[in-house]
Amino acid sequence: MAGIGISAYGVYIPRYRLSRKTISTAMGWLSPAALPGEKAVANHDEDSLTMAAAAGIDCLKEADRVGVDGLYFASTTFPYREKESAAIIATALDLSPNIRTADFANSLKAGTGAIVSAYDSVKAKGVRGILICGSDCRLGKPASSQEMVFGDGAAAILLGRSGVMASLEGWYSTSYDFSDYRRSEDDKFVRTAEDRFIREEGYAKFIPEAISGLLRQYKLEAKDFAKVAYPCLNLREHAAIGKRLGFQPDQLKEPLFTVIGEAGAASPLMLLVAMLEEAKPGDNILLVSYGNGAESLFFKVSEEIEKVRDRGRLKKYLAFKKELTSYEKYLAFRGIIPVEMSFGGEVAPTQLPLTWRERRAILALYGSKCKRCGTTQYPPQRICVNSDCGAVDEMEDYCFSDKRGTLFSFTSDHVASSINPPLLYGMIDFDGGARFVFELTDCERDLLKTGMPVEMSLRRKYLDEPRGIHGYFWKAIPLRE
Amino acid sequence: MPEGIKDKVALIGMGCTKFGELWDKSAEDLIVEAFQEALEDAGIEKKDIQAAWQGNQFTEINIGHSALPLATTLKLPFIPVTRVENLCASGTEALRAACYAVASGACDIALALGVEKVKDLGFGGLPRANEDIVSLGTRGRVIFPNWVNPNPGMFAMMAIRYFERYGLSIEEGKVALAKISVKSHHNGALNPKAHLRREVTLEDVLNAPMIAWPLGLFDSCGVSDGAAAAILARADTAKGFRPDPIYIKALQIAADSGESLMHKGYDYTHVETTYRAATRAYQEAGIKNPREQISMMEVHDCFSITELVTYEDLMISPRGKAKEDIDAGFFELGGKIPCQPDGGLKCFGHPIGASGLRMMYEMYKQLQGKAGPRQVKNPGLGLTHNLGGQPPQSVCSVAIVGL
Repeated sequence: MAGIGISAYGVYIPRYRLSRKTISTAMGWLSPAALPGEKAVANHDEDSLTMAAAAGIDCLKEADRVGVDGLYFASTTFPYREKESAAIIATALDLSPNIRTADFANSLKAGTGAIVSAYDSVKAKGVRGILICGSDCRLGKPASSQEMVFGDGAAAILLGRSGVMASLEGWYSTSYDFSDYRRSEDDKFVRTAEDRFIREEGYAKFIPEAISGLLRQYKLEAKDFAKVAYPCLNLREHAAIGKRLGFQPDQLKEPLFTVIGEAGAASPLMLLVAMLEEAKPGDNILLVSYGNGAESLFFKVSEEIEKVRDRGRLKKYLAFKKELTSYEKYLAFRGIIPVEMSFGGEVAPTQLPLTWRERRAILALYGSKCKRCGTTQYPPQRICVNSDCGAVDEMEDYCFSDKRGTLFSFTSDHVASSINPPLLYGMIDFDGGARFVFELTDCERDLLKTGMPVEMSLRRKYLDEPRGIHGYFWKAIPLRE
Repeated sequence: MPEGIKDKVALIGMGCTKFGELWDKSAEDLIVEAFQEALEDAGIEKKDIQAAWQGNQFTEINIGHSALPLATTLKLPFIPVTRVENLCASGTEALRAACYAVASGACDIALALGVEKVKDLGFGGLPRANEDIVSLGTRGRVIFPNWVNPNPGMFAMMAIRYFERYGLSIEEGKVALAKISVKSHHNGALNPKAHLRREVTLEDVLNAPMIAWPLGLFDSCGVSDGAAAAILARADTAKGFRPDPIYIKALQIAADSGESLMHKGYDYTHVETTYRAATRAYQEAGIKNPREQISMMEVHDCFSITELVTYEDLMISPRGKAKEDIDAGFFELGGKIPCQPDGGLKCFGHPIGASGLRMMYEMYKQLQGKAGPRQVKNPGLGLTHNLGGQPPQSVCSVAIVGL
């Protein structure tokens, strides 16, 4: 019995990378600071919620979703200020409504906070497992160092009692009212204190304090850990902290700074996944989050880790990338500069009773399967679409979000109103039947071929701006393999 | 097979405005203009009309709901007036309703009028369609792609399937489609009422900006303002109004059952509703061999690919062989079955609700020998075809008229 810990993990990195050189080429006239590498940036139809859902889906690929009794979503960039994002993700992931959901907000250590809370729930009650998704999509003001540093991404873990590959053995938390990063009610961009002040008074003190505190509390030493990981706000300081604490360079998990960037509340979870992908049974691993203090978590890796089928997921996502060569396009995608969309772009009022009534068809991509003839169909039908059948009310629910398909036909629509024209869409033939038309994303037309395999991805399909409604739906993407 | 309405109803008068970007004209102006021409052509008075149908799709642009716009504009004297809407087939739906009323004996003389004032929209193309178009109601807004209008892309995907099935490269396919547009531009240039009156070359068409890959600007029809009207009378009384009435031989509608959108069985290289409506129309008209018996036609060329597959769905060209007929000039003005003698949607223009009646106006004038430089030699039967929606979710009308 390995105790309570991680039963499954998942990760998601958006497809686009913005080279920091692209930023300095565009904004260097104002801010000469240059940093190495690139940062991952969400596509125009992605936000923290869709990326969290993608990581959650990745996590549940190797887990039994029946054992998921809760979903916690940690982020500082929820689409809604009031309205629970975790409930949207739970619906999209087709989890039972009889579960506990919660958003863990406002701090970069929200991700580790969610893990510790989930641990308490699993330990105290009859809760089998809690899915924790961490995702962030923070904006630095153009020409700020945050713009260079921040990257987008998500990770998820299932915390429970069965099949535990890494048990949570202990933690150490600190909390300080330290003004490093903040956003008030109407702030779009993260405001910061002076970089040196954050580094010297916050980062360089809180991380060591949380690690030393944990070592002291559990009577451990630096050498007891196979790997230690903590977020990277600054490459030089990141290395210096490890050295001061007595960690050897090979114990220090290299940060994802030059390939993803600092991903906010998702950062510790992504680092945890990075460590798990390389961990061996018996390893002790140490994870630290930073934000208004710090939190260190200590895991012990079990033999279960060797049962994980796919342990190259982070690498796969890192390799699956496309450089966003236009800085202006990045600004437009993130809504930083207003752009003239072609006429006809206005969206009609969202009909909320409809989206509530049909939430399973919309958010979980449920259609129906005819019990008489076996024909699957989307959206759900009362009368079978197969004209040789025509059965009435003999349908069972059928989920398409996890089904692969092939591209039957496709087009690029140059007269659609899109922030990333031309709009791509195609007819998708699902494996196991059914055809419907879906938008295509994370690809360009010249990558598309009829007959190619596709999978489904939850995206923000539209923003009903006058009413402040984010419309989430599924799009098809070329199969990532 | 029911008896049908062959030779029970006759067109005794028709009118059609010039189509185009008619910034200075309202829907009322267009209604009055089309109606007065039809009335004079029929040689009757307004009080002789006993029932009327108004066909239009976009109530929200200029026209408004109900049939009151037609009744009020024309000051129709408290007769039954009804608005019908079935996407791009709305004009032919108005005609069908009027014909059925006359054929049933419910009235002796009826009016069908189609009108659309699309250019008041304020941007090119058609209104954002997710709210009101096609089979899924307002659910479509949430689950269909974020197109402004699905038509270009949904027809473009038919071109991709068609090319692939019949072994045409994109380039070869585009050339076949371009010839369709060049032909329609030639005919439109001869027509004073057409919206676009300019000849284009194959190169113009092939080099045009992309609308929805692989369809370019000249593969797509214009969007216009306009109105057209028809006055129908019982066939046995028609010669009392004029020596050359034109008789309705068949009028059929087919609406998709949802299979083409949601079922994998659909090949996307044809439009099933066209095939079904045409099959029934030929039966109603007693036509055994359409390629030999139809003299000319106006088909719904919203896009060049639509016209190409329509040749096959109407059973004029064998499956997969439309390109051979196109290359042979079969559908040109001097060909075996001239198609789009008035320029088609491509050049005459496409005010949605008026288009079905505009097509009929051309068949009517051709059969009466009044088509001027576009006159087809000794036509006997003319066919019109309207397609509302897009290949996977469409409403199709096929009408056949003759002497």
